[in-house]
Amino acid sequence: MPKFGKKSNTSQDIPTAALPDIIFMLLFFFMVTTVLRETDILVKQKLPKAAQLSKLERKSLVSYIYIGEPKQSKIFGKEPKIQVNDVFVEVDEIIQFVNQEKDKLNEAERDQITMSLKVDVESKMGIVSDVQQELREANARKILYSSVQSIDI
Amino acid sequence: MARKNRPTAEIPNGSMADIAFLLLIFFLVTTTIANDKGIAMLLPPKPDPNQPPPEVTKNDRNIFKILANSQDKLLVEDEPLSDVFELREMVRSFILNFGSPGEEGVEIYNSLPSSMKAYSSSIRRSDYSDDPTEAVVSFKADRGTSYELYVQVLDQVNAAYNDVYGERVGLSAAEFLQLDRDDPVQDKKYQAARQGIPRAISIAEPNKIAN
Repeated sequence: MPKFGKKSNTSQDIPTAALPDIIFMLLFFFMVTTVLRETDILVKQKLPKAAQLSKLERKSLVSYIYIGEPKQSKIFGKEPKIQVNDVFVEVDEIIQFVNQEKDKLNEAERDQITMSLKVDVESKMGIVSDVQQELREANARKILYSSVQSIDI
Repeated sequence: MARKNRPTAEIPNGSMADIAFLLLIFFLVTTTIANDKGIAMLLPPKPDPNQPPPEVTKNDRNIFKILANSQDKLLVEDEPLSDVFELREMVRSFILNFGSPGEEGVEIYNSLPSSMKAYSSSIRRSDYSDDPTEAVVSFKADRGTSYELYVQVLDQVNAAYNDVYGERVGLSAAEFLQLDRDDPVQDKKYQAARQGIPRAISIAEPNKIAN
């Protein structure tokens, strides 16, 4: 009987003191590796689906142009608009944007700038081709129609 | 000194893990992994105002014409096409037609694996391309064409080219796309696949006025 009442000196807890450290390590890993979105996207972005996609090789050479119907259609209307950085721009302001982006790069890399066009599926080709004409004008000829991988048939 | 049963002086840190987990889950949920994949294209250089636009000297049969109107209807080689997914096979047979190959064309033909030679001899249409070096796929969209269709057509045409490239080195189109050009062995394969057959996709400027 007295055997049951005996207190042992060893603690019966599993040491959990190191658990937070492990979790924090995971946390820091995710915080460091994930890229937070730099810009607020003001347009609808449902990207088209395609199967034959190629990856971008160097992210530092990529600039983004967003095209789509504004999310706040009450203020900006329903017509698709072009967004770069955080603002809406008109078609003729794109050259200026491209030149700004080119200035951020080394001189040797300026010709390799890639424009990633993130265009909403509901947009029409008119606005896209206007942008393309401006990009030709600005000599940023490498473009990428950003799309989502669809299952290959 | 009498031993007392004192409570331990530690701060309870059992819930620290929970807090960290909460943060972890928050970051997991809020961050989006950027998907930077898409259909790569090279735009033509800007037209020189001092020079007139170049004359099209290509033979008509060497140009595979795809037109899309503002109602998203396709006209392929002057015939309406309802299913965009048929394009892949059509473009493939157009490229590998070898109607009347030139010197380079014969060289390419001889380098093809036997399955592709058999495929090519099963087509032989007089209204398709002379040989792959001459073949051009021309795509013209209207201003009112939806972007979705535009991407689908480009995807199909690219798929046809990737089919051809892949098959030359015994890969599927998807496997061909996966080739890593930084690896010398795979780069060699890539070069062998691409050799002699240009990915000639011409995107015409849409009309200025939508109809």
